[in-house]
Amino acid sequence: MSVSTTPKSDRAEERAVPSSDAAATTQAEISAEIAEIGASAAQRGGAGPQPRIDYPPYRSSILRHPTKDPRHADPETIERWTPVFGQRDVHPLEADLTVGAHSGWNSQVSGEPLGERITVTGRVVDGDGRPVRNQLVEIWQANAAGRYVHKNEQHPAPLDPNFTGVGRCLTNDDGEYWFQTIKPGPYPWGNHRNAWRPAHIHFSLFGSQFTERLITQMYFPGDPLFALDPIYQAITDQRARDALLAVYDHDLTVPEYSMGYRWDIVLSGRDRTWMEPEEADQ
Amino acid sequence: MSKPLLTPGQTIGPFFGQALPYEGDNELVPPGRADAIRLHGDVLDGAGTPIPDALIEIWQADSAGDIPQVGGSIHRDGWTFTGFGRCSTDNAGHYSFSTVLPGATEEGKAPFFAVTFFARGLLDRLFTRIYLPDHEANASDALLASLPQNERATLIAESDAQGLRFDIHLQGERETVFLTHG
Repeated sequence: MSVSTTPKSDRAEERAVPSSDAAATTQAEISAEIAEIGASAAQRGGAGPQPRIDYPPYRSSILRHPTKDPRHADPETIERWTPVFGQRDVHPLEADLTVGAHSGWNSQVSGEPLGERITVTGRVVDGDGRPVRNQLVEIWQANAAGRYVHKNEQHPAPLDPNFTGVGRCLTNDDGEYWFQTIKPGPYPWGNHRNAWRPAHIHFSLFGSQFTERLITQMYFPGDPLFALDPIYQAITDQRARDALLAVYDHDLTVPEYSMGYRWDIVLSGRDRTWMEPEEADQ
Repeated sequence: MSKPLLTPGQTIGPFFGQALPYEGDNELVPPGRADAIRLHGDVLDGAGTPIPDALIEIWQADSAGDIPQVGGSIHRDGWTFTGFGRCSTDNAGHYSFSTVLPGATEEGKAPFFAVTFFARGLLDRLFTRIYLPDHEANASDALLASLPQNERATLIAESDAQGLRFDIHLQGERETVFLTHG
């Protein structure tokens, strides 16, 4: 794999917003914007579970969000079905991002990635709690040093020759997915001066109908960067934000070997409405 | 019992290129096959600047209007029509699929490509539809009928030499109509 380790001067996040001087904006200014939007959302109440797509603290969103509310459309035939993925699409080893560590003949070529070994597993259900069976789950993430394998990556942290950070699996009959990987590091991303993303794993999910398609990010509990991060804070409801946090689960650890996290996913779709906190708490 | 909280979306970010694209992702049928058409277009932000880090997925019926329920989208065999395709925009903000025209899934219904759209800078997925130009059933389509002319036009592809052209405008006078199904 030919990947340049030289930091690039053009920073992907800054290019998209030529009118704003990202390097001059401080975390304090971004945090103030986050607080202001959060307070006004709380005042109005019922912020809903989804991120605000018009969220200026995330500078790249300014020119990239639709300005009109989405139109309601009753799902039609094709939208009530979903693409099928099967054994032909996904090899079982793709669920192990640390593969190479114990893969016999291959071990000379590909060793173990550096970092904290973790299992990440959970259940994918639809809005009625039904498991999403035999469906595709795709993930990608930075390595333990906070570096992605990507041509536009400019963070001068080390690449790990034994880690691509890419995985796939199919859910089982109970809707459960499973990955073996290493814990990703936080990384700086250029939204403003000294902006750092909390450690996360990107998840791409298909549901039991096309309208449930979701791409999101899973975070780790207790990250000190949550309050500072405009991508995470674009979800202005705390309970909704919490739904993106994995839970440390000691039962998922492998003794003397790896840590374990559980993260369950609830997809939205037709006829699914979000419960207001008062209702949901009953 | 209360329903569980929905899992919110988050942006696809800038680094999906290693993970989501795969060989043949945008070729639902081999390009050049007798019935193949090209479905392509530009993706533009609010300043009219092309977006080079967007991902578009289409999901469609086959030309007879049947909905495929068969695997093989990730490792295509060149013969099986799975109905699903994925294309990341190139450096010029352009995407391009090789596919077939979808047929009507129900008699008298307007056929369309179901679309999901993702991009760095976009905090959640977007849904839309690509309708076929000059299809007689468009006139009776509930969604198209509910839209004023200028918005309706954003959902209907244009014919070109190889097939269909459909640009996606995230903002501006020609902002694409996006959909919610909730």
